[in-house]
Amino acid sequence: MTVVSSAVLPIRTQEDIVRVRQAAREAGVAQGFSLVDQTKLVTAASELARNTLDYGGGGEVEIVRLNEPPRRGVRLTFSDQGPGIADIEQALKDGYTSGGGLGLGLSGAKRLSNDFSIKSKVGEGTQVMIARWR
Amino acid sequence: MEKIPILKMGRFLLVTVQVDMHDQLAMQLQDDLTDKIVATRARGVLIDISSLEVVDSFIGRMISNIAAMAKVLDAETVVVGIQPAVAITLVELGLSLEGVRTALNVDRGMALLQERLAQE
Repeated sequence: MTVVSSAVLPIRTQEDIVRVRQAAREAGVAQGFSLVDQTKLVTAASELARNTLDYGGGGEVEIVRLNEPPRRGVRLTFSDQGPGIADIEQALKDGYTSGGGLGLGLSGAKRLSNDFSIKSKVGEGTQVMIARWR
Repeated sequence: MEKIPILKMGRFLLVTVQVDMHDQLAMQLQDDLTDKIVATRARGVLIDISSLEVVDSFIGRMISNIAAMAKVLDAETVVVGIQPAVAITLVELGLSLEGVRTALNVDRGMALLQERLAQE
């Protein structure tokens, strides 16, 4: 598996969310994703970026383009040093929200991605990884 | 500060979402729409999202809120111009947008609203 490119973007403002979406889009295009796959990647990225900002108190995302012949992919890892998630299983349930949202962000991002993993510790922060492959 | 323009088209209001919405702008739009529905006695709201290549649950919630608020004010909401890739993604995301009618474009959306009005 080769890392074709890797970049870290801050998620501190609403404008940063726009930049994250653009970067995710570019990575998808570079890896040859179809329009639908690009859209799924960018939408998942948007959900997690908003979570990082709204619930995590801000953080960053690492965007990595990976080649694992014959497949090519994009992996995004969102991290924050926010309050953390006490009950991850609950957080992953459709409709569960701790902040008046729709409760679809985390579970939705998982559904829209091929790979998904989450690590969180109360009082320390959260890290969510998603990957989409072509 | 930027504001999303709301156009009056007969008995309906048309909103075209083209920019990336953030919290402030979304709240502003919902407030402005509420005011305008009452002020113009509009019976329908058309939300044109044909420019949006990405619709996430934040936008979904905004649309649902607008529809719910419009309903309270006796106005119906129709979303128009959902891009195909967006439609596929919305289904997988699990966003149902219940209570919100959809149409292919503004013309069809207006026709839908006129139909409903005529049935009353």
